[in-house]
This record gives sequence, structure tokens and C-alpha cells, in this order.
Amino acid sequence: MPEQLIVAGGLLIDPASRIEAIRDVLIEDGRVAAVGTGLTRKPAFKGVATIDARSKWVLPGLVDMHVHLREPGREGDETIATGSKAAARGGVTTVLAMANTEPVSDTPSQISFLRSKARTDAAITVLFAGAVTLGQKGEKLTEFAKLRAAGAAALSDDGRPVMNAGLLRRALEAAKDLGLLVIDHCEDLHLSNGACVHEGPEALRKGLKGSPWAAETVQVMRDIALCELTGARLHIAHVSAASSVAAIRTAKKHGIRISAEAAPHHFALIDKNIEGYDTDGKMNPPLRENRDRQALLAGLADGTIDAIATDHAPHGCAAKSLGMDLAPFGVIGLETSLAVALTELFHKKILTRRQLVERMSSCPAALLGLKGKGTLAPGADADLVVVDPNISWTPEPPYLSKSRNTPFTGKKLKGRAITTLSAGRVVHAL
Amino acid sequence: MLSFSPVGSSLSKGETLLDTFLNLQAVGVTHFVVRHERSGVLEDLAPLLKASVINAGDGWHEHPTQALLDLLTLRERWGGFKGRKIVILGDIRHSRVARSNLFALKKLGAKVTFCGPTPLCPDDFSALGATVEHDVEKALKGADAVNVLRLQLERMDQGFVPSLADYALAYQLTPARADLMKPEALVMHPGPINRGVEIASEVADGPRSVILEQVANGVLARMAVLALCEEGGRGA
Repeated sequence: MPEQLIVAGGLLIDPASRIEAIRDVLIEDGRVAAVGTGLTRKPAFKGVATIDARSKWVLPGLVDMHVHLREPGREGDETIATGSKAAARGGVTTVLAMANTEPVSDTPSQISFLRSKARTDAAITVLFAGAVTLGQKGEKLTEFAKLRAAGAAALSDDGRPVMNAGLLRRALEAAKDLGLLVIDHCEDLHLSNGACVHEGPEALRKGLKGSPWAAETVQVMRDIALCELTGARLHIAHVSAASSVAAIRTAKKHGIRISAEAAPHHFALIDKNIEGYDTDGKMNPPLRENRDRQALLAGLADGTIDAIATDHAPHGCAAKSLGMDLAPFGVIGLETSLAVALTELFHKKILTRRQLVERMSSCPAALLGLKGKGTLAPGADADLVVVDPNISWTPEPPYLSKSRNTPFTGKKLKGRAITTLSAGRVVHAL
Repeated sequence: MLSFSPVGSSLSKGETLLDTFLNLQAVGVTHFVVRHERSGVLEDLAPLLKASVINAGDGWHEHPTQALLDLLTLRERWGGFKGRKIVILGDIRHSRVARSNLFALKKLGAKVTFCGPTPLCPDDFSALGATVEHDVEKALKGADAVNVLRLQLERMDQGFVPSLADYALAYQLTPARADLMKPEALVMHPGPINRGVEIASEVADGPRSVILEQVANGVLARMAVLALCEEGGRGA
């Protein structure tokens, strides 16, 4: 007998299948076996376990293409096990873990090690990016073919930009030949120059060193040119500035194969929302101004921004208590991304529910070329999340993440994941 | 009274700043007068301490007692602040003195102009209520006072100014520039002065200068702050 489960009576939103209707989803042995109506009443499925999803949404599991799980090297802040549990709680069933671990994930053996670790430790699907350059030093390319053979799902030096345009050009050419996506952290280090917040009136008022929006946009524009030059695909991580959104929009209109993601903190908050010198409001790129936030919202709505990704970046309390200038950059986001997106995008009518699923599931799955993810069509992996879009709640520690550095603590949110399935197994139930 | 600096203390052994304060409080310190390189450092610390905490300058953020002594100096000369125009000239970006003066002077009804080269005096300061003017002659015209800020020598290496001489040519308060202000206008400087860089010696030592009055008023303003804290401490 196959292992069966029916998620019954929910509003299925599966953009890849063009379905937005009440449907039952039959799961068999970790995959979607059938999508239909009245499945629970059919004699053949008598006695099959069901999850009642009536008055809820049923979505393909969310795909977060930008997280930091800190393993190996900083297991005190997060591990594959804790990070994947946090993801499951947030309705996220696939994550792409970035390569800025200690040591950097720049060798096939480390990618193999991480994948075996994920098989034993992870509640969900954890994919790994390999570094673009050895040690993320921006000097010498890693071995892309070997990294791909070991199972690297993408290439990125995230946490650092590839400052050398000549090197990035060669990386894009090689990645194109292998069909790998390069994800770039756009930051001109000469312009950001060690700053801890966005350069603008708020930084001046607080006496903090600011990084101008142009630190991001000059690199985005450079990347667009390199993308056009090489014909390769390139994905811009954590877009934060209005002018970056404008540049990406124009590039897409010209047929350049660029894609982009935005993080919940960037589309929900601006620099003025952070009271005093709270380091849970310090991340890179920084929270910017209202014009930037509005541009991100418009970019999410018109598809200039393809994906929502958290840039989940756990840091312990001790490191975060060092003050704005010294504390590390980053905030956690896996447990709140869906709720923040529902609150700020769906309930405020920036995105339809279908668009929200595209940004958080089907689009990132497509960008990473993941088969059987980002959809609940028959044959797909049974990665599924049941969502109550109207439940009100307030994030408070303790979190399932080992860290608690988030500016959303104490903020009232509307909507969250009720049940999360990964390959047909319940990995989160509220 | 204890004088305390991080060098040779447990801070250099990795103790957190809060732990250092709690230890000093435990041995009987009732008032902390703190100067620290980190902007906003006291906003986190002060609520966690029973002792009074007086900000003696935090990074680029604020220097409230300097603003108080500057206000005292101006009030002794003017009686009030309404409608007065004060120019703050120099490296505004990195100046806690400029910020504290701006916030205090605006509250008292004065108009504040920030003047300096854009890298040291970005236009975004206008969002904080200052008029920003990069032409020193225009800024000084008709002013009631100018507060000249020290140009730190390391700003050259960081590319904010090409050289001290170049800065001096464009922004030094020279006698001719000082004369663009009202006849009775005052010249201030929080010290220490780089003579011949941000201010010409003739101006620093000239009849408009109230720089040494500022120094004397510094003692009075700080005595007053300590007395108020003492009173508040007894009341609580």
C-alpha cells in the first residue's frame, strides 16, 4: 500500500498549473498523485488520512533562494537542522544556503559533505550554493564543473561582491556553459566603505556611517552590462534601492536575462523604522528610504523583482550587542517571511494571492531550475503549505532558529503557515 | 572621582562596556561622564544603570554639554536666540558638536546654516532642519555668529578633502570672510584649533572671537549639569 494523505477542501493556488480553486490534493509516497474535487468521498480513498484545509489556502511549499545556515563554522548561531526547522515553521520547504560558511563552500568535497548532512539533518530540502571565487576572495574562480557534479545548485559569493568585473565576466561565461545560475551580491566596496546603515538623513541624525544607494546600483548596472555581454543568466540578490529596480526593469525590457529578489525587511521597513541603535535593524544592504521601499513594491507587482528571499542571516546576541558600527550585518527571516509578505503585500493589495505564490514559490523554483518544486501538479514533490491568511499573530522569541535577530519581533502580522509538508511528511503543524 | 580609559582596563581583555559600567557602579560610582567613539552608545547603556550618565560626546552623534556652553556664551552676548542666524562651518558630517548645536538652536528659534564642502557637509542635512550652503561667502553673509569646526587631519587620507591647504583656500575663516557677517557678529570654535587650517589666527584672536569665553563657560555649563544630576539623583 502506498502511503497516502489527502489535503482536503482548501483553496489551491498553483500558478504553474493555472489553478486557483477549491481542490483536494492526494499525496502518495511523497509526491502529488492527484488534484481534484470530492476525493475524500471516493470509496477508493476511504480511511486515508486527511488534513482539513477548508477556509485555508493550499500552496506549493515556499522556495527561499537566499539563506545562511552557518554550517559549518558557526553552529552556535544556526545549523542545517535548526535553520530547516525554522523554514518549515514559515512554510518554506526549499532553501538555497549560501557559501559564506567557515570554511567557505568552495570545493566539491564540502558541497558533498553539506548535502550528506542535509540528508540526515534537514526537515526540508536544503540546497547549497558553491562560491564563485576561492575563499570568496574575488581573486580566482572555483571549479564550476566539479561543484556542479558535487551537487551545487547555484554559484554565489554572497556576503561579498565579485568586485573584479573581468573575473565575473569569465564566471558568467563558464556558468552559462554549465547551466548554473550566478547570484551576485551587488555592492561597490569603495562606495559602501565600511558603512553600517543607509546613507541619508537618518544616518546623519544618528551620527552613523552610511552607504549610499549607488553602492548597490553601480554594481547592478555593471552586472546588467556583463549579462548582456555574455548572454548568461544572472540573479541579483537582495535588491534594496529604487534605482536598482529601475535598472533591472529596463534591462528586462531589452531582453537581458537578469533576475532579482527582494527581502521582506526591505519591502516592509525603512531606516526610520529602526528605533535608536537597534542592531536587529542592521543588515547589508541596509534598510533604505520610503522611495526605495515603494520601488520594491512596484517591482514586486510588475515582476521586475522575480522572487522574495529572506537573506536569513542568524547572529548570536553577543555579536549583535557590539553596537551599530561593529555588530555583524544580518537578520533572520525564515519564520516570518510568509507572514510579512501576506501582511505587507497581500492584505495591502500590492500583490494578488497568485502573484504572492509566484514570488515565493514558483518563480524561485524556476530560476533555480528545480523540477517538481514550486508547483503541486501531479508528479510534483509533495512540498505543500496550508496557510491561514487571516490569523493575527506577533512574532516573539524563542524562535526555532538558534538566533533571534529580527526587527519583526513584537510586530503584529496577519497570516501564517498552519501546516507544512515536505515530501508528504508533516514538518510543521501549528 | 575616577578617571577611566579602556587602555589597561578589563575592556582591553574583552569585557563588554555594560559589564565595565556595572562593575564601576558596584564600587560606588554615582555619575558617569562618558566620551566614546561609538554613536548612540549611551542609548543602550543608560537605561540599564542606576547611576546618572552624562554624554560627553558619542561618536559623530551628540555632544550636549558643548552645545550648552555654546548656548550660554551666545545668550550672555545676545540675551535670546529668536531670529538669529548661526553658521556652523567645516566638517559637519563627523561633528557631534554640529548636531547638538543644531538641535538646541532650532529649539530656541534660531536659524542654523551648515557650511562646508559636500563630502563633509552633505545636502541631506537639510532634512534635519539646517540650511545647507557650500559657498562660504554666501553662508556667512549677514550671519550673527559662526561656529568653526576643527578639521581632523585624517580626513585627507579618507578622501574627504584633497589637502589641508586646498580646504583652507576654499573654507578657512579669513578676516575678509568674517567681515561678511554682521558688524557685531561672533566667532566661536569648540577647540582645539588648527590655526591656519579652518580658521586664520587673526580671526581666532580678533575682537569677534569668544573662543576663550566658551572655554570658561564650559566649566559652568558642566557644573550645572552635574548639579542637576545630583539633585535628580537625590529626588529619585
